[in-house]
Amino acid sequence: MNAAAASLAIAWPSTDALWIMATGAVIAAACAVLGAFLVLRQMSMMGDAISHSVLPGLAAAFLVTQSYSIGPLLLGAVIAGLLTALLTQTLHRFARVPADASMGVVFTSLFALGVVLITQVKGVHFDKQCVFEGALELAPLYTVQWGSLQLPRALAVGLIVLGVNTVALVLLWKEFKLSAFDPALATTMGFPAGVMHYLLMTLVAVTAVASFEAVGSILVVAMLITPAATAHLLVDRLGPMVLLSAAIGAASSVLGYALAVHFDTNVAGMMAVAAGGLYGVAVLFSPRYGLLSTMLHNARLALRVIRDDLLGMLYRLEELGAERRLASRDARTAIGGGLLAWWGLASLQRNELVSRAGETLELTPAGRDAARQLVRAHRLWENYLVQFLGLPLDHVHEPAHRVEHYLDSGLQQSLRQKLDDANVDPHGREIPE
Amino acid sequence: MAPALEIHDMTVAYHRRPVLWDIDLQVPECKLVGIIGPNGAGKTTLIKAALGLAPLASGKVEIYGKPYVQQRHLVGYVPQRESVDWDFPVSVHDVVLMGTYGRLGWIRRPGRAERETAERCLDQVGMLPFAKRQIRQLSGGQQQRVFLARALAEQAQIYFLDEPFAGVDAATESAIVELLQTLRSDGRTVFVVHHDLETVREYFDYVILLNMRLVACGPVETTFTPESLQKTYGGRLTILDAAAEAMRQGDPGP
Repeated sequence: MNAAAASLAIAWPSTDALWIMATGAVIAAACAVLGAFLVLRQMSMMGDAISHSVLPGLAAAFLVTQSYSIGPLLLGAVIAGLLTALLTQTLHRFARVPADASMGVVFTSLFALGVVLITQVKGVHFDKQCVFEGALELAPLYTVQWGSLQLPRALAVGLIVLGVNTVALVLLWKEFKLSAFDPALATTMGFPAGVMHYLLMTLVAVTAVASFEAVGSILVVAMLITPAATAHLLVDRLGPMVLLSAAIGAASSVLGYALAVHFDTNVAGMMAVAAGGLYGVAVLFSPRYGLLSTMLHNARLALRVIRDDLLGMLYRLEELGAERRLASRDARTAIGGGLLAWWGLASLQRNELVSRAGETLELTPAGRDAARQLVRAHRLWENYLVQFLGLPLDHVHEPAHRVEHYLDSGLQQSLRQKLDDANVDPHGREIPE
Repeated sequence: MAPALEIHDMTVAYHRRPVLWDIDLQVPECKLVGIIGPNGAGKTTLIKAALGLAPLASGKVEIYGKPYVQQRHLVGYVPQRESVDWDFPVSVHDVVLMGTYGRLGWIRRPGRAERETAERCLDQVGMLPFAKRQIRQLSGGQQQRVFLARALAEQAQIYFLDEPFAGVDAATESAIVELLQTLRSDGRTVFVVHHDLETVREYFDYVILLNMRLVACGPVETTFTPESLQKTYGGRLTILDAAAEAMRQGDPGP
């Protein structure tokens, strides 16, 4: 651990390291803001498709112009990206190919074509490793002059693309929002969903070209989708989701760099891994959709059911006028035993709903009130099942047992009215007030 | 005065297969119109065609005498509730605000006036207390009310509602009907895709009976008769089906 800290400490102050992290962060943010819309429109794989098809676009642009200047390359990549979107949709609509299959066919074919072009055709020189995993480590080597500042070229490109995406989203915020949420309404209002779709695809293609140099064509999709999917788990407003996507993208690039230095491995790959790791954390701990909160919720519910069962059991024993009082061991066994039963009983005693005299259990006045509520819900529901669902008498206890925990006083009141103020259950037992 | 909606010899086809045949109808303004017909009759398609969302194979649709593209500011639309993703990260207020987007046009952002409109419309459907909720946290009836508030925020003359009563509770249904009747009294024309034949006479004053072709269109008293219902629901026209299928396959026959 000390060694790790030391290696981080050494890595931290270097200017190159800062440039690499900044480049990664800017590109990740540029990808993530668009990714939010891809995720929401359930078009994540379209990001994948377009980022792959950028490759043949670049190769073809180079073949035509014989130069590496950015203009033609960008144009070629955007055309290839839009072609992917168009071909996918055309295949789907007119050749009746399922949407995912048409996407799979189009982008893998185009990507393969790109691979063939860069490896086989004379004159095209793309570093293959760079194509697949990017060359973020080398970013500080190629610089451009921006005023008095000397920036890595990849960072400058990233900043421009981030700027373009930001301006487009700010200007057309309501149009993007509406066409993502309800494309039909957007179209009827004069914001054709198709136009918005291709506008988004154009931005994705431009962003993919810019990210291509830094993180490679395969990892672009991780930067497009993963931070946005993470943000979607954590917030429930569109604006915060887009901003958080960008922040998570930037954070995963910084984290990824630190990890890559520590494990001495590929930076772009580690950035994608870090993004995936953050997603995993969000899946576990998201307040609303997280596994942990779901488990907690379920456990709480199970505890409540156990507590209710205990209270109901004690109440019914009292009602029968039985002399015998329930021993706590027997009570726990009767409701299934185990840790949960023990915990449920303990919490009832802690809340002073049940008191314990020696080995036997006794309802406190507060506990009796709570139990009465529950038994009332149970018996009202039994009545309802008999009268309105026509269930036979021997079929109503189990269903009522399942439902009794969820009938609040409002629902009990409506049941009462429906049942003409019935005061006995179908078995002839009194419904407590 | 041009009718609120005029459809002239319209055929709607998907992949060359007609789903609505030669529809010809006029609806005067100030009516609450039920669009009635069995499943697959083309009720939603009729609405989509009127809104320019479905491809017309022939004919034309006019709103107050002009094509839809010139009149879209007069038209409000409530799509089926299942047509959107209710997990989308927006609040109830955001959704209703979307109703004002059409008037704003490109790039202009909603301001205070639009936000006030949205709040007023939310209040009209009794959903103002829920304005800050994420839309997933609403019941089906509440979601439908939000959609209705969004349509109100469009401040339209003609409304098209696609199955607004599907999966809503009785209280919401009567609240929606009351609101639609108010709209009609204010001079609006409202089209509603509707399924429950029992309530047609109570809710609407005009009906369009549809089953792949127009069966009848007119005031409820004279049009919603046992004979026309029999024609609407009495089985599909098998020849029409067969012809549609032949057109899809592009087979001119022997």
